Amino acid sequence: MLVIFFLAGALAIAATILAITRVNAVHALLYLIASLLALGVAFFTLGAPFAAVLEVVVYAGAIAVLLLFVVMMLNLGRESEQEERALLVPRLWSGPAILVLAISILLAYLYVAGPWAPAVQTAVRSGSAIISPKEVGKVVFSRYLLGVEAASFLLLAGAVGAFHVGRRSIERREPEVSAKEAS
Amino acid sequence: MTVIPPYYGLILSGLLFVVGLLGLLIRRNIMFMLISVEVMLNASGLAFIAGGALWGSADGQSMFLFILALAATEVAIGLALILRLHKHRETLDSDRASELRG
Repeated sequence: MLVIFFLAGALAIAATILAITRVNAVHALLYLIASLLALGVAFFTLGAPFAAVLEVVVYAGAIAVLLLFVVMMLNLGRESEQEERALLVPRLWSGPAILVLAISILLAYLYVAGPWAPAVQTAVRSGSAIISPKEVGKVVFSRYLLGVEAASFLLLAGAVGAFHVGRRSIERREPEVSAKEAS
Repeated sequence: MTVIPPYYGLILSGLLFVVGLLGLLIRRNIMFMLISVEVMLNASGLAFIAGGALWGSADGQSMFLFILALAATEVAIGLALILRLHKHRETLDSDRASELRG
């Protein structure tokens, strides 16, 4: 199980690094989907089968495919690839890379030698190894009921907002089409 | 079934978050910035799952559910804005959208 976790983690990190350095958006999204699937495996080995399934169904199945559809709608051509390649030069990414490396060293220090690191490192699970969807459902629909309502409001607001932002572009296009037809 | 120490999950989530942050900093294409934000949100979800595994409670996975809802909303709004930007400016470069005029 440990081997599977390490393999999945290494795959997730490698695929994510490839995803953020591609010049073609479709390639980047395919690497992102690979990374999400690997992370789903990592969730499974951590004893969270419900989260693993949600990761595959919602993240890789819905969110990433939505991104993919929009990239294909935008129809980015070769010139955008060349533009991206011109922006991905070491002169531009070395500064942020050094900053991020410093942050990751700080994080590693906190995890390995921070004040609460010994407690986390030696901790073993206090409950059962696998947390079933049943337990998650019980907690979500009792203790976090207000959170579920808030999430539903958020999703509704998101759907209405996305519809609104997308609809105005259609309205603006319609007069142009009718003007062309009239002429 | 051998048990994975939740500590490893926390380290993996830290690494993934940092990679997402790097992507957000080095890219100027809004589509890639959105992808990087997705990676960062996902990494924080992994931290919640590892924490839930550490305590053997279902709270971590319920927090992951809320993060999932948040990410879905964020992607929907972000993509609608990207479509608008592409229609107006014919570009996805965030620097060319620095003036907030319709």
